[in-house]
Amino acid sequence: MSATRAGRGYWLYLAPSAVLILAVIVVPFGMNVAASFTRWSGVGAPRWIGLDNYARLLRDERFWQSFQHNVALIVAMAVVPTLLGLVLAAALFTLRGRRLPSVLRAAYYLPQVLPVAVAGVVWGWLLNPSYGALNELLGPLGLDRNWLGDPGYALPTVMAVMVWFQLGYPVVIFMAGLQRVDPALYEAAQLDGASWWRRFWHVTIPQIRPEIFVVLLTCTIAALKVFGPIYVLTRGGPGNATMVPSYFSYLNFFERLNVGYGSAIATVLALVILLVTVAFLRLQERE
Amino acid sequence: MRRGALTASLAVLALAMVAPFVIVALNAVKSKRDYTANGPFSLPEGLSLEAVADFWTRVDFGEKLFNSALISGSVAVLAVLLSVLNAYAIGIGRVRGRMWVLVVFLAANTLPQEALVYPLYYLAKATGLYDTRLAVIIIFTVIQSAFGTYLLSAVLGQFPREILDAAHIDGAGRFRALWSVVVPISRPTLSVLMIFFFIWTWNEFFLPLIFLVSNDNQTVPVVLGLLQGEKMMDATMSSAAALLGIVPAVAFFLIFQRTLTRGVTVGAIK
Repeated sequence: MSATRAGRGYWLYLAPSAVLILAVIVVPFGMNVAASFTRWSGVGAPRWIGLDNYARLLRDERFWQSFQHNVALIVAMAVVPTLLGLVLAAALFTLRGRRLPSVLRAAYYLPQVLPVAVAGVVWGWLLNPSYGALNELLGPLGLDRNWLGDPGYALPTVMAVMVWFQLGYPVVIFMAGLQRVDPALYEAAQLDGASWWRRFWHVTIPQIRPEIFVVLLTCTIAALKVFGPIYVLTRGGPGNATMVPSYFSYLNFFERLNVGYGSAIATVLALVILLVTVAFLRLQERE
Repeated sequence: MRRGALTASLAVLALAMVAPFVIVALNAVKSKRDYTANGPFSLPEGLSLEAVADFWTRVDFGEKLFNSALISGSVAVLAVLLSVLNAYAIGIGRVRGRMWVLVVFLAANTLPQEALVYPLYYLAKATGLYDTRLAVIIIFTVIQSAFGTYLLSAVLGQFPREILDAAHIDGAGRFRALWSVVVPISRPTLSVLMIFFFIWTWNEFFLPLIFLVSNDNQTVPVVLGLLQGEKMMDATMSSAAALLGIVPAVAFFLIFQRTLTRGVTVGAIK
């Protein structure tokens, strides 16, 4: 049986997925892009308005704010957890014994097993201005605040919650990566008199670079898509203090019935995510 | 000495990470009177399931658990099935243009759901699938299997040819070779995939929130997310709700952890 002839019959196995991908991904995405060129409330006939929605986006302050908040969430969900995760994984690795590091790792990872909406419910209660536990703790010190209701605190608070939620993922991935590193490298560095930080910088980080790439990519994409915690904790508010593109498009689709405008936001979000993915993969190839 | 300080600070951080879980658990089992008298940081005076039971009956939590399990379980099985079929064609059948096929699957998995949601909502309404669990099952089967195909194609690409050739010599057709050779040998990888699909689908919020509007169809994260900040929620009720969300997630983690570590190490077919 020649390889090419063999290959032909295998297409049949792709048929069910081809139909489903077409119906659930390709056609809907095409419809979304098409709708972004129209004014449409979801009922009746969409009216073609060309690039008007995109022109409006460029002028819409809330849209730019929502992407700025996305950048803040990339810091909270990708950058900080990766940096902290590197230090923590390396530190756990230097601990003696087997039991303690794995118990600590499990503790850091625990928030990650929660559905992100449930994590929001946990913190929505802890941070509640009238009956939340955090203010009960800080009240006597005069440090109680309306953490999620005050525009000055809302975004930093959501960022802190996301660091808590996300931290365990890089720790676990980096610890797995460190198992691969040849101990002889550390011994050689130690013999050369390298300090812990120098070994960390010159041995650990270069050795687990592939893991760092994967974590940064997946966490950045997760931060760009973030919806659940915003919906549960703040609904984008107060004002627009925690508005993100994902929630902004949801508002336009289902509350303001600006389907065309919502589609334009979603299309831009999709493009940004695609660009970030391609950029990361290019960068990784070049390594 | 330095090591002692390091261990101590790592342990303090671990406590801080776990603290929210502890506070939730403490207050979920307090009676309202106990909470009013002693606040959120005291140990409960006795084990009171008042708030948990109250929340459970108010939202019919058993039904929500069933919906979540039904949706996640169906998606896990169907998505693994689709992933296997696709990966068989790509990894073993080496169909022409397979790189492009993989790119499509990867793109399908990377696209934000926001860019699909309105058309899916519209199409679901047109086909009468809106507000059914079936719609959510179909959508997540496709999304999860897109990832599964990507992963499994790489794994099956390494599948030992000799085993397949032997099966063909024994007169097995393509489907038989898949069903009675490839699938059994890849079982560890497939079960890991199935667990991931189950947990990922269980945790989903955005699409279920939009598609499952009637109470009877809602999943655990949706019902909890919707009730957050509602009038009926006070401190003990909120912690009871949070606890009910936490328990299944942690249970899956503990149950599946062993399978996962075992599967990951045995997983790749050597």
